Amino acid sequence: MLSRTAENLYWLARYVERAEYLARTIEATLRVTALPNTYIGKTNEWDSALLTAGVSASFYEIYGEADEHNVVEYLSFSPANPSSIRNCIENARLNSRSVRTALTSEMWDNINSAWIDLQEVWGKGTKTREELAKFLRFVQETSLRFDGSAYRTMLRNDAYWFSRLGLHLERADNTARILDVKYHLLLPEEEHVGGPLDYYQWTSILRSVSALTAYHWVYRETLKPWLIADLLILNDSLPRSLASCYGNLVRNLDQIGVAYGRQGAAQRHARGVRNRLEHSHMDDIFQRGVHEFIQEFILDNGQLGEIITKQYLI
Amino acid sequence: MAVAFDEMNGPGGDIRPAYRELSRWLRETPPEALEYRRQEAELLFRRIGITFAVYGDAEAQERLIPFDVIPRIISAREWAVLEKGLKQRVRALNMFLRDIYHGRDILRANIIPDDLIFQNPVFRPEMNGQDVPHDVYVHIAGIDIVRIDPEEFFVLEDNARTPSGVSYMLENREIMMRLFPDLFARHRVAPVEKYPDELLSALRSVAPASASSEPTVALMTPGVYNSAYYEHSFLADKLGIELVEGRDLIVKNDEVFMRTTEGLKRVDVIYRRVDDDFLDPLTFRPDSALGVPGLMSAYAAGNVTLANAVGTGIADDKAVYSYMPEIVKFYLGETPILKNVPTWRCREPKDLAYVLDNLGELVVKEVHGSGGYGMLIGPAATKATIEAFRDKLKREPEGFIAQPTLALSTCPTCTAQGLAPRHVDLRPFVLTGSNHVTIVPGGLTRVALKEGSLVVNSSQGGGTKDTWILDE
Repeated sequence: MLSRTAENLYWLARYVERAEYLARTIEATLRVTALPNTYIGKTNEWDSALLTAGVSASFYEIYGEADEHNVVEYLSFSPANPSSIRNCIENARLNSRSVRTALTSEMWDNINSAWIDLQEVWGKGTKTREELAKFLRFVQETSLRFDGSAYRTMLRNDAYWFSRLGLHLERADNTARILDVKYHLLLPEEEHVGGPLDYYQWTSILRSVSALTAYHWVYRETLKPWLIADLLILNDSLPRSLASCYGNLVRNLDQIGVAYGRQGAAQRHARGVRNRLEHSHMDDIFQRGVHEFIQEFILDNGQLGEIITKQYLI
Repeated sequence: MAVAFDEMNGPGGDIRPAYRELSRWLRETPPEALEYRRQEAELLFRRIGITFAVYGDAEAQERLIPFDVIPRIISAREWAVLEKGLKQRVRALNMFLRDIYHGRDILRANIIPDDLIFQNPVFRPEMNGQDVPHDVYVHIAGIDIVRIDPEEFFVLEDNARTPSGVSYMLENREIMMRLFPDLFARHRVAPVEKYPDELLSALRSVAPASASSEPTVALMTPGVYNSAYYEHSFLADKLGIELVEGRDLIVKNDEVFMRTTEGLKRVDVIYRRVDDDFLDPLTFRPDSALGVPGLMSAYAAGNVTLANAVGTGIADDKAVYSYMPEIVKFYLGETPILKNVPTWRCREPKDLAYVLDNLGELVVKEVHGSGGYGMLIGPAATKATIEAFRDKLKREPEGFIAQPTLALSTCPTCTAQGLAPRHVDLRPFVLTGSNHVTIVPGGLTRVALKEGSLVVNSSQGGGTKDTWILDE
């Protein structure tokens, strides 16, 4: 297939996944900031929402204060923020238009319809929290529908595999970012300094990766920060965990490699990261430093993106 | 201007045979039902994303072409004449182009003045002496047809460069079949769905000799911002070929390749929807970012076929158009089946004088214009506009032709005031392959939705209709 087509499919999936993640982050932040201070402490949750979205620096070039209004505006609607939900959706639609021939009609219909419906929101914005909540739900549902239609209707060929690569790479990046910002809340008991205040922070983290219910199913325990870290990093049954994303990245890259009769740097690099995750234990990670581990992962993940681009997309 | 011929209610007021069933159906169907279907059609179009862009119109970057749900019907007998005439005309166009870029018999026979060709900006000296596979220049032609009475068809324009609109022919039919299955059951409408297959086989048949037995065809688009982008992606999809942009292609050793995830892959035939000027920055406009450096040298080496060929603009120039009856006679020795609209060439002093004296009655067009822009419709224009046009005309007479204002035929059309006659034209698509000319029975009917308006162009408020060729 055309390199540009593969590139568009890859980025299309990334944009949709990113839009969903941003919507979840905003939703989780709204929830946690609605709590009285006695439950949550004095941290600025809106500030960390910016950090997990990776747009803190560019935000402060425009705004003075990270409050609800400014951050919601910047993350959701701002045309100036290249990764606002709005720009993600606009870019996803533009990418879809460029590769319409590689999309199934269900996928196109989904993105195009969402784009049409959202034009009104871009024009008017959301006036109330109810409207905002509705908008955030809509974005998440769009992503679910898009993902579902890709899963159910696409031929299993390189077009599908490249779009899955974009999805899992973006997902891994998002999960890693939230860990990067909140890692201090997830340290093991003996090192932990927070106390009960952190409980709501933990649920917030889990909510932003839609893993709150999953946690209880997996561990059948009250929330323990180190188990949360275990779930998000190493548990490959959780779709948004780093381990699961890398399992998928390796699988999809392998399929491309087999179809093209050639393996390359991307396959090797992804396998390397996956093997490291597979052979890690939370104890070791804590011992060596969870923050260092996450930062290294973010670099590795970014590098995989570059290698894939070089190997296939240009 | 005479009262226009209505294709349903004929000259005497009797319903014409091809429209009998439709007319009955229209009487049975309440207006609300039609309006409901109209809205449904619009929703479908928008969901499918059949849009076109209007340049310079930031508000409506992607617009829908209004779709009128009342079909336009042409009888089998009428179509038989049209089909024959169109094939004849396109055969002559191809022979004319071959001649212009080779021996130039027609110039030596003094049928067309030399300077009309050589001074013409759409004449491409790069094509002099260059052979193209099977001597086919215009693989896809869109011939604009109008009628003013029940008897005859006139060619209003030949589109021999990159005619668009065929996606509407196909999608309009799909949507009509979805919305009005009953109406189809009551007619025998010839299908149009074979067009993509016919197009692909025509394109494959003209692959260069150096291509493999399974030539690779690609459709080249200027990109998503082009007004006809939807059509480009639609066709690529229907043909099952790659939709490429200039940056996807690369020329090496005079061969064209596309960049794929598995490395470079040779391309043999390019159905290009990019104008000549933008094809190759090394040959044409150096500022073109849409093109492929070296494409023309691969073309000259005979390693790639471009469809349509480079330089076909000389055949759809409006001044050259006025010579089409002579062109048909010259190459085929036949009488043209389709008439030309009488045309005054403003480059000729006698014609210019007449045109200047009668501006109020005539339609004046730029010879290189398209899309209905830069045109004067005398009877509809204000005095000031006419005077401004008069100055333009005097300054550059060779840039214009004039034609009588035709009372284009009308078809019943849904309007805010209920069914009313609106002016229509027809663009059938004629395909030429290595040894055959084919036309899918149908075409794009464009309709001027404003009362009295003669401008059917989508960029100026025109709409479309499904066109039914009855099978018996």
